[in-house]
Amino acid sequence: MPVKVMIPSPLRPYAGKRDSAEFNARTVGEALGHLTTEFGDLRKHLFTEDGKLRSFVNVYVNDEDIRYLAKENTPTKDGDTISIIPSIAGGVPTMELAS
Amino acid sequence: MADATALWISGHLAEKIRAHGAETYPHECCGALLGRDLSSVAGSDRGSGAEAPAREILQLFPLVNRRDDSPRNRFSVTPEDVLAAEKAAREQGLEVVGWYHSHPDHPARPSLYDRDHAWPWYSYIIVSIQNGAPQDMTSWRLNDDRAEFSPEEIEIRHRAAV
Repeated sequence: MPVKVMIPSPLRPYAGKRDSAEFNARTVGEALGHLTTEFGDLRKHLFTEDGKLRSFVNVYVNDEDIRYLAKENTPTKDGDTISIIPSIAGGVPTMELAS
Repeated sequence: MADATALWISGHLAEKIRAHGAETYPHECCGALLGRDLSSVAGSDRGSGAEAPAREILQLFPLVNRRDDSPRNRFSVTPEDVLAAEKAAREQGLEVVGWYHSHPDHPARPSLYDRDHAWPWYSYIIVSIQNGAPQDMTSWRLNDDRAEFSPEEIEIRHRAAV
C-alpha cells in the first residue's frame, strides 16, 4: 500500500482536480518529488526556485509536522498520509504588487 | 488567471471585516472566508455564461494574529488555525475559499510579502484602516505564475443564511 498525499483545494486545479494522489515513496521528499513530477504546475506553489519548501508550506505525515521530524528526509511507510497545510501570512506593502 | 473573478458577500459580513480591522488597529486583523466556489458547484446559481466566475462568502472565521513581534505590519495564521477554519467550514457544508486581513495606515493593495505567502485560487480580501477608520476594501487572487495578483470584484449581495 503506497503513501497517500492529500492535495489542498487551492492546489487541485494544478493536479488534475484530484484531492489526493498515491505514490510509492520511502521519504516525504520522495513523495513530494513524485507529486511534482506528475503534476509539474504544482511545483512553484510548493517549492522556491532553489528547490526549498516554501516557508509558509507545512507538511505533515499523519499528524506530525515534518519540521519536528527529519524534514523532507522523514521516512514514510505504506499507508501513511501526507498533508500539505499552508500558514497564512501577509502584511502592509513595502512594494505594491498588483496588475 | 485569465478570467476576471467576482466575490459575493453580504453587506453584513463586509461590515464585520471592516469592524474587525478597526477593532485590532493599529495591529493587523485576519480571518478566514467560508463559503462556496460556484465554479465548482453543480447546479449553482452562477447565472448565465456571460457572468464572471464567482464565489460567495457565507461566514467569517475571525482569527488571532499570531505575529506578536510585528503585528502592526504583519499577520500570521498557524497551520493549526488553518485546520480549525477548515473544520468549521466542513461542519457547515462550506469550504475555506479565502482569507482577509487589514493594512493599518496603508492602501488596500497586496504587498510583495503578501504575494510570497499566497496560493492561487484563494481570495485575499484586504481592508485599509486609516487612523483607526475602515476605508477601501479590495479582493485579490494570485495569478498562476505567482508574479502578481489580479483584482477580484467584490459584489455586495443579499442572500438567505445557509
